Amino acid sequence: MDMPYIVKPREDTGLFNAKLGIWLFLSSEVMLFGALFSSYVVLRVGSVGWPHGASILSVPIGMFNTVVLITSSVTMVYAWLSLRAKKFGQFKMHLAFTILLALTFLVVKSFEYGAKFEHHLFPKTSAYLAIYFTLTGLHAIHVIGGIIVNSYFLFPGSKMWQTDPERFINRIEIAGLYWHFVDLVWIFLFPVLYLL
Amino acid sequence: MSSHEEHKLSFWRKYIFATDHKMIGIQYGLTALFFLFFGFCLVMIMRWQLAYPGTPIPFIGKFFGESRAPGGVMLPEFYDELGAMHGTIMVFLAIVPLGFAAFGNFVVPLQVGAPDMAFPRINMVSYQAYFIGGVIMLTSFFLPGGAASAGWTAYPPLADINPIGQTAWIVGMVFIITSSLLGGLNFIATVFQLRAPGMTFMRLPFFVWTELVTAFLLILAFPPLEAAAILQLLDRTLGTSFFLPSGLIVSGKPLEVSGGGSVLLWQHLFWFLGHPEVYVLILPGIGMVAEVLANNIRKPLFGYKAMVYSLLTIGFLSMIVWAHHMYLTGMGTAISAFFQTTTMIISIPSVIIITCYTISLWGAAIRFTVPMLFALAFIPMFAIGGLTGLPLGLSSPDIYLHDTYYVIAHFHYIVAPALLLAVFAGIYHWFPKITGRKMNTVLGHIHFWPTLILMNTTFMPMFIQGLAGVSRRLYDGGAQYAHAQGVLHLNVMISISSWFLALAQIPFIINFFWTLFAGKKVKSDNPWQATTLEWQTPTPPGHGNFAVVPVVYRGPYEYSVPGAKEDFTPQNQEHI
Repeated sequence: MDMPYIVKPREDTGLFNAKLGIWLFLSSEVMLFGALFSSYVVLRVGSVGWPHGASILSVPIGMFNTVVLITSSVTMVYAWLSLRAKKFGQFKMHLAFTILLALTFLVVKSFEYGAKFEHHLFPKTSAYLAIYFTLTGLHAIHVIGGIIVNSYFLFPGSKMWQTDPERFINRIEIAGLYWHFVDLVWIFLFPVLYLL
Repeated sequence: MSSHEEHKLSFWRKYIFATDHKMIGIQYGLTALFFLFFGFCLVMIMRWQLAYPGTPIPFIGKFFGESRAPGGVMLPEFYDELGAMHGTIMVFLAIVPLGFAAFGNFVVPLQVGAPDMAFPRINMVSYQAYFIGGVIMLTSFFLPGGAASAGWTAYPPLADINPIGQTAWIVGMVFIITSSLLGGLNFIATVFQLRAPGMTFMRLPFFVWTELVTAFLLILAFPPLEAAAILQLLDRTLGTSFFLPSGLIVSGKPLEVSGGGSVLLWQHLFWFLGHPEVYVLILPGIGMVAEVLANNIRKPLFGYKAMVYSLLTIGFLSMIVWAHHMYLTGMGTAISAFFQTTTMIISIPSVIIITCYTISLWGAAIRFTVPMLFALAFIPMFAIGGLTGLPLGLSSPDIYLHDTYYVIAHFHYIVAPALLLAVFAGIYHWFPKITGRKMNTVLGHIHFWPTLILMNTTFMPMFIQGLAGVSRRLYDGGAQYAHAQGVLHLNVMISISSWFLALAQIPFIINFFWTLFAGKKVKSDNPWQATTLEWQTPTPPGHGNFAVVPVVYRGPYEYSVPGAKEDFTPQNQEHI
């Protein structure tokens, strides 16, 4: 007896196995970041003189990174759409753009971190910086995870396009769902940490 | 993978890096049984100190070294270490893997008619993460300062300033949380996606339902603990003060941290996991008992649908009761009122399930097999554990009972007598399917009766001690307190009972290994004459489980159907 619904969706749930899997994974990720956002609220409510984010962080840089990530989400969708249109070359280009934009985000982020360290602003300096470094650090780890996954599908993993194209499209869709989630987390992080 | 390839699997792929859900279930089961034994050993050492405080531990005392037990007499730090690790190991490394992962892995895919878990390789990684987490916990005993000693709840600020063992605890927990997460999503995907044709949700065996709800609790409740663990890790390594308030003084010196943290934050995050975790522990046990009961009463379970809806209600409500662990923290009466209301409501569906079990027994021609004895004993044990929880769920009696031995007795009645009896019922029940051999009945009886009696003589006196106000965290068992003097003698009885309880497991261990190698082989694939799908496979089931895709025509417990030739009608039988 072989494993069913690896490629084709099951009729009553309308999902193939891995798609349900990634949604369940993302639901647990929501709880993870949700708990950290709640911690942010608890720490802020209990503090005296919580700093205004913009007084420590650079809003233009944060804004730039936000645009970078949203653009990478768009290119990720295009990568998936070009695969569905059976344009493998276009897919590779769009996926490569996604990875490059993610790398751009990380480079900018590391300069931001570096500037903070130069001014002797460390996680242990204050509760605000502690939660700032925790949230953005955990998010950066998720970005790195996305880069690894997408690079796999750009190079060695793309061989599946020849052997099992439908399954490969599914895989890109799942990688895309994850990537949009990472993007979405940043869209919450940016206003909470930089603007409020 | 076809059955042809199965023969080619090397030893490593078949037993160590297995992706087959049945082998992973067995791996989980054996590892968890080891941790169960280990965690029990830790508490047996503690019980010596509680019964005979300040006297050298006999036989083994000299092996603990001068730093833990000079002259064989246990130091308070060693006692704390044993207590913290007993709780951690029992909850996260023994009971959850045993109830949820071991039986779930072996039984759930078979019961829903699936070839394997939905993601076999993720399943393998899940076990490995659990195993690594367990190894980290075990090796942390050898770190300078010993293993974690801030209690299994790891409350800050104590946990923030403890020796390095606490860091190992956090890292171990991250592995265990990852394992639970991967396991949980695998179970949900398996039940949603891989049900055999005709296996509608209302035809699922009740055990599958309990596993499904448990899996949801795991993927939704564990991540907040992971977040809390990350924050505590940063507190301990990078010097942040998420859980350290300003102006904290340790050993007479102010702590040099930025402060501004909240100790209550940890408690909220921890108990947001901690309370669903209670249901993670007990729900698979409830499910196993349902399977054994239905099989041995030879009639349908009473109120299957009511049980399923109760279960879903428990799953939902368990997410909003967590702060009943925190009445004494000064959250305020409004918050206490909310949480005691939800806590009272959540007891209703639990009582519905237990009532359904009890009514199911009415008028049944019960087969008193060994698994059935354990399942029957589960019902009153669970009832005692559950009902004694009600005073703890109400804020005013809890102010008196909080952190006393009453609490210990209450939750041990749930996780030790109730859950372990369910696990034993499960082992005796599914052993013939897993190995093809039936466990010995006489040894089963010799195991059952002393275990049941000794569990009660161990935990019942703790209620009395708790009502007398004895705190649960005393190194000498209360000897220094005047109010404890009247109930101090019970410590000796509890300790001796717990040691005899260990001896009472010897028949089980003998039975387990003797049956494994030389037990009586079962003649049929369905020795208990059961209806659910796992018994309609070859014994033991091969790779891919079913030779042909099973088709399901009926509900899970169609026993004694009027007009049927036999008193059981399997789910995949088309005509009566």
